Amino acid sequence: MSQSHRIAGGQIDRGVALRFSFDGKSYTGHPGDTLASALLANGVRLMGRSFKYHRPRGPISAGSEEPNALVELRSGARQEPNTRATVAELFDGLEARSQNRWPSLAFDALAINDRLNSFFTAGFYYKTFMWPAAFWEKVYEPIIRRAAGLGSLSRLEDPDEYDKGFLHCDLLVIGAGPAGLMAALTAGRAGARVILADEDFRMGGRLNAETGEVGGRPGADWAADVVAELAGLPNVRLMARTTVAGAFDHGIFGAVERVSDHLPAPLPGKPRQTLWRIYARRSLLAGGATERPIAFENNDRPGVMLAGALRAYANRWGVAAGDRVVVFTNNEDGLRTATDLQAKGVSVVAVVDSRRGGPLLPGLRHLQGAEVVDSAGRLGLSSVTVRMADGRTEVIPCTALGVSGGWNPNVNIHSHHRSRPVWAEGIAAFAPGADGPAGLAVAGAAAGRLSTHGALLGGQAEALAALGDLGIPATAGDLPKAEDAPVSITPKWYVQGGKGRAWIDQQNDVTVKDVKLAHQENFTSVEHLKRYTTLGMATDQGKTGNVIGLAVMAELTGKPIPETGTTIYRPPYTPVAMGALAGRSRGKEFKPFRLTPSHKWAAEQGAVFVEVGMWLRTQWLPRAGETTWRQSVDREVLATRKSVGICDVTTLGKIDIQGTDAGTFLDRVYANTFSTLAVGKCRYGLMLREDGMVFDDGTTARLAPEEYVMTTTTANAVTVFRHLEFCRQCLWPDLDVQLISTTEAWAQFSVAGPNARRLLEKVVDQDISDAAFPYMGAGNITVCGGLRGRLFRISFSGELAYEIAVPTRYGDALIRKLVEAGEEFGAVVYGTEALGVMRVEKGHVAGNELNGQSSALNMGLGKMVSKKKDSIGMPLSQREGMVAEGGYRLVGVKPVNPADALSAGSHFLPEGAAPVLANDGGWLTSMVWSPHLGHCIALGYLKGGDQKIGTRMRAVNFMNKTDVAVEIVSPHFIDPEGERLRG
Amino acid sequence: MLINHPILGPRDAQEFVYLGDANLLHRPDGLAEGAIAAFHDYAYQRGNPAGEHRELWYHEQGDRSWLVVTRNTVTHEILKVELARDVARREGRSR
Repeated sequence: MSQSHRIAGGQIDRGVALRFSFDGKSYTGHPGDTLASALLANGVRLMGRSFKYHRPRGPISAGSEEPNALVELRSGARQEPNTRATVAELFDGLEARSQNRWPSLAFDALAINDRLNSFFTAGFYYKTFMWPAAFWEKVYEPIIRRAAGLGSLSRLEDPDEYDKGFLHCDLLVIGAGPAGLMAALTAGRAGARVILADEDFRMGGRLNAETGEVGGRPGADWAADVVAELAGLPNVRLMARTTVAGAFDHGIFGAVERVSDHLPAPLPGKPRQTLWRIYARRSLLAGGATERPIAFENNDRPGVMLAGALRAYANRWGVAAGDRVVVFTNNEDGLRTATDLQAKGVSVVAVVDSRRGGPLLPGLRHLQGAEVVDSAGRLGLSSVTVRMADGRTEVIPCTALGVSGGWNPNVNIHSHHRSRPVWAEGIAAFAPGADGPAGLAVAGAAAGRLSTHGALLGGQAEALAALGDLGIPATAGDLPKAEDAPVSITPKWYVQGGKGRAWIDQQNDVTVKDVKLAHQENFTSVEHLKRYTTLGMATDQGKTGNVIGLAVMAELTGKPIPETGTTIYRPPYTPVAMGALAGRSRGKEFKPFRLTPSHKWAAEQGAVFVEVGMWLRTQWLPRAGETTWRQSVDREVLATRKSVGICDVTTLGKIDIQGTDAGTFLDRVYANTFSTLAVGKCRYGLMLREDGMVFDDGTTARLAPEEYVMTTTTANAVTVFRHLEFCRQCLWPDLDVQLISTTEAWAQFSVAGPNARRLLEKVVDQDISDAAFPYMGAGNITVCGGLRGRLFRISFSGELAYEIAVPTRYGDALIRKLVEAGEEFGAVVYGTEALGVMRVEKGHVAGNELNGQSSALNMGLGKMVSKKKDSIGMPLSQREGMVAEGGYRLVGVKPVNPADALSAGSHFLPEGAAPVLANDGGWLTSMVWSPHLGHCIALGYLKGGDQKIGTRMRAVNFMNKTDVAVEIVSPHFIDPEGERLRG
Repeated sequence: MLINHPILGPRDAQEFVYLGDANLLHRPDGLAEGAIAAFHDYAYQRGNPAGEHRELWYHEQGDRSWLVVTRNTVTHEILKVELARDVARREGRSR
């Protein structure tokens, strides 16, 4: 089809033809077109179906406020639903499809909903799907989910990249219409760092859509010259295709730049979109205004548009949306559409002006005091019915109707901090109120100054004021001459007398009748109105419809509009893609990985890794022939207990603590005492929170009189360090103590098992015999003939064990050296699973027991809390409820029948007791299969557990439906006397 | 939000960890008579006003300073930022 509706003029490049398709049919357009302008140029008005009633719909606007013309763009993995055809920039090869229709856009089976409209009124879902309750999940939800939503997702991975970026400026100008351009020019010429952002791909705002002159030249030409001058200023950053989506605290704005949406695919190395965080010392909202329609019966047919949009398609894109046009207006601006179209040779058959009096437009059928009361046309407008001032009605055939109900300033960004817009009588619209975001000014139509002169003047004045605040000298240049027409408007929100199917929110199918129903059912506050009818809750957020809805409500309640108020404005201004919010944080890059010093070696061995916080740790190391994880883990445990095993424990937090008061400091942050620890020794430490619960545990060694090194659990490495800094800076600011985290500085390996010493003697340069380096010894050493290191004789496994540390860069060399030295002993390297088995066998608490809700007493460590000194958590750990007899105590658990499996999370119940809460005795925290004992063992918290050793209970788990007879035992399954440790 | 760090200048709030009521500086004496009651109030009775509030923020992605930030919790206006160590000393904490 040729471009049947293309007329002269416009800012398109007619020398280049762009091919594109809509619902499989091919069309052509030109660079500068949007998908909507190109489709209209080709005579296509029908672009989608509405959400609820599946009514045929076409575009009503020429911008981002569009509620109707939502389409799917592209195909395959780049398929993107719910994009607005009115802002989708045309490119060669663009594929677009209509949505929310089946089998085709022209014939949609679910349009039956429209016939059933009396059932689908406001609150339909609330009223209908209440009963029976059982129907919800199985019947209602699947039906609603299938019928709901507009576009569909490809369900394929997005192939494009999204970036995040940070920008700083003196002045951020939001919107590049006359106000924004004048502001940017004023600030740019003064040398200020300026960012000018506009959601459009062509800067100029309404100047591109109007015929009025600025400085004696067409407004669009003036805008192009200003943009060219700004582009030449090194201190100005022009950001077209960039939507400032939200105003946040302290001059921070979020903006989405659509870097590649106007291309078939991003250029190499370029992201699809970038989410910018803009830090602006001052900012100016020059976001213009959005026209609103007047609601009347069947006002939603394709061909019924906003008058300003009709004019924009003609002036900017050289498109006549219809060949016979009627204009319906309540204000002077609507008349401009009639005269502009007429000047372009488009047949304007009538101007329906709801106002009475005033001069008549020459050469046009100007019907004053008249209203459009209905429309006709199955898939697009074919006529309107007009009620004349004298009450007669007349059907006027037409293919396009331009409606103007006035212009609403785009106050959104100014209201993102809950500033309430105020009613401006002169323009019959809400304008920005007081208490907007600090540092944000408003100019031009966004401030309610609707003339071009007002915009230029306001932009200049606000820029000067902002620069004045910042102490940047600037001068007011000559203001170019432009129209300064006063606003003449007589408010009209909807046309009386219809059946009520007058659309307000076209995307969510909310009508005047729905607002009346909401009022009738007492949902009269605007926030209730919104939620009850879904007014303004669609992807367009009610940019064209909200004010009409609340004006209707104001009329019904008899309150003035200002008192009725608006709903709260929240970011984002227009929809933001999830991909842009995620940026690079997806898939493997979702978060950084921390690799242990032995990672490379372990990966070479085919280790299985597990995520522990940000760390990747070796979980186990399978050997040839092992087919299940249990085989590997059992082997690692048995080999360690029989000879020797090596494990990377670098992930444990390490904090160096130095100063003359280091011992005093440790006494206060640990429940037990450290100032008395001898140099060259280490001790297990228990750290409480101030509420008396256990926070963390670990060993701390004293390397010198004023130097300690603390270890924390892997999980709490960061929070313990934060807590220690709090104690040091906020509680005891004059203690002489310094902290530094050295977790990353040292590669640390546990070497455990009866042959641990023999292995280490081959690596460590010093004498480490039991006499020279006894149990709980700690100190500086050298390894492999001179490399500095540290050695700690501590054990988590219950075996004779050491932890050896070297500077991280030698960690890879050390693991290889340890493995080589261990060969003669049959040493294994074990992972976190074997570590877990051995600690349960030994009865050590770990993450499952250190759950933030357990006290030292619960863990059987109550005696560690010294009451002779004040320490964090000590006072509250002595509360009555915390020290009561019969509270939870750590116990060991084994199945009565060794063949029975146990499961973590099971609850303890007395034998024969009903499985109800009143009989609950506690729960099983950790369970492992002990290869050493040949059956499952577990730890758990049991009420009065210390008095129940040797008794029998049941471990009941509703999740996996198990009920196992268990015996409560000591938590020390192996070497309860600790003889191995001291070997 | 931007927090004007007394040493480092304006820093994005994302670099900080929030703790809450700066009254946590005033830890009671754990060995004194009635310590449990005093600690109950200290640990659980935190101010949470709609309006001006003194809060503890920790510059974790920075220089590890604990700060006392006086902030209006309604408008998010930040009225004062001080090193917690200085505030603690001024308010009688020492060793």
